[in-house]
Amino acid sequence: MKNKLRLLLSLWSVLAVAQTVIAAEVIHEEKSLYRDINVVQTGDRRCLIFNVHRGDRNQTCLDVSNRDELIFSYTKMSFAGLLLTSQPKKILIAGLGGGTLPLAFNDLFPDAQIDVVEVDQAVVNVAKEFFFFEENENMSVAVNDARVFVKRAGILGEKYDYIILDAFGGDYIPEHLLTQEFLEEVKQIMTEDAVLVANTFSTSRFYDHESVTYQRVFGEFFNFKLPASGNRIIITQLDPLPPRGNLITRAQSLAPSLEKYGVPLLEYPARLSTRIDWDMSRRVLTDQYAPANLLQND
Amino acid sequence: MTVEMLGARIMAPYFGGSISVWGSLITVFMLALSVGYLIGGRLSTRNPNPKTFALFFIAAAISSIPIIIFADAIMRPIFLMIEDPRYGSLFASIFLYFIPTSILGMISPYSVRLMVDSHEHSGHMAGLLFFVSTIGSAGGTLATSFYFVLWFDVNQILWGAVAVLLLAGSAILLINYLLQKRAADAQVSRYEKQT
Repeated sequence: MKNKLRLLLSLWSVLAVAQTVIAAEVIHEEKSLYRDINVVQTGDRRCLIFNVHRGDRNQTCLDVSNRDELIFSYTKMSFAGLLLTSQPKKILIAGLGGGTLPLAFNDLFPDAQIDVVEVDQAVVNVAKEFFFFEENENMSVAVNDARVFVKRAGILGEKYDYIILDAFGGDYIPEHLLTQEFLEEVKQIMTEDAVLVANTFSTSRFYDHESVTYQRVFGEFFNFKLPASGNRIIITQLDPLPPRGNLITRAQSLAPSLEKYGVPLLEYPARLSTRIDWDMSRRVLTDQYAPANLLQND
Repeated sequence: MTVEMLGARIMAPYFGGSISVWGSLITVFMLALSVGYLIGGRLSTRNPNPKTFALFFIAAAISSIPIIIFADAIMRPIFLMIEDPRYGSLFASIFLYFIPTSILGMISPYSVRLMVDSHEHSGHMAGLLFFVSTIGSAGGTLATSFYFVLWFDVNQILWGAVAVLLLAGSAILLINYLLQKRAADAQVSRYEKQT
């Protein structure tokens, strides 16, 4: 009897999954040199998906009836960097995705100048056409490799006070965006009080290498993980990290303005950890040694 | 192929990892090889000999060394002058890889000439050479992208490639010297027998 029930339950869950798959409608397919991009809509939820054939990887989702609310926890987690700074004026976001994150920042800080770098023109097209992303006088997208953009910004002496690295979508990791040299170049374009937020990996041996590399360049950093999310956000700055008390005060004053995006900022301070939970003996990733994709599979 | 696989990695810090960087790299390698084939074929018509053949390997090794030592010095001014990473990577590829790759391209046609002793066998020998060199390329690609980058620094792998080329060149010189010596000895002993 118990077995039968279990069978029934599993059958039901299979059906439920099948139904959501059926209800999901592909409303747009775009081929690019890098990947196939699909826009899939299920009810009001519209998602940008890379690599459909290898299992769904939602890159960005959007609720078309409530466009302000952010869906993914990792997108929301990118706001945790605001616990370390007050009012960013010049923001750099590497990796556009559906553009929901830049839109939210533009909405939250309308006077800040936002530069977005995205390597794939097709992603920009899809974000504009299906995810309500728009450039305006304070927010523009450069179609370029983030490494090239950052290096040139450094040479031109440009500085940013809030930098989000979110260029790690899909299966292939851009190895030149993980190295010590790249992070040094990022450091060059940070103002003294700038905050760096990097959306990275929390699994595999690669976690160790990446942590060691960030530690080498920035010293101590906040490691931000949520139990439900496979992502890990690294948050750091050039100055020593603030005490937790400051984070909590900041969260309390900022939380109301983030409510409409669905960001539970008050929960974040307790999750920011400086505890070293990686293997310190791993090798630092450099331009000479960065087999990130091979390590990821290990 | 080992150098080609690493070529993209060497250029990524300046020109990114976009598909156009791979495009530049492969274009330059193809152009360099075609020029190398042409020159190698032409050189093989003038007094073909194993010493010149060995020199190709040694010259390729020496002309690869700037990739290791001067990569930054070569790429930095190009990065500053050319804003578009497509053309930046194209010019960087030319300066970094054109000369060593074209010298490597000379090896194949020249070795056809050295190994062929009759018209009948020329097709067979050419086929065999293409077989060996293409299998070598496949092996170099696989070993580099699967394992070498996991075990070594980029520059260590490049030094390894330089060492292999130098070894191959010296091995040819040594074998040639031994063969000539043996032939000379044989001639001397024949002469002694006759007298």
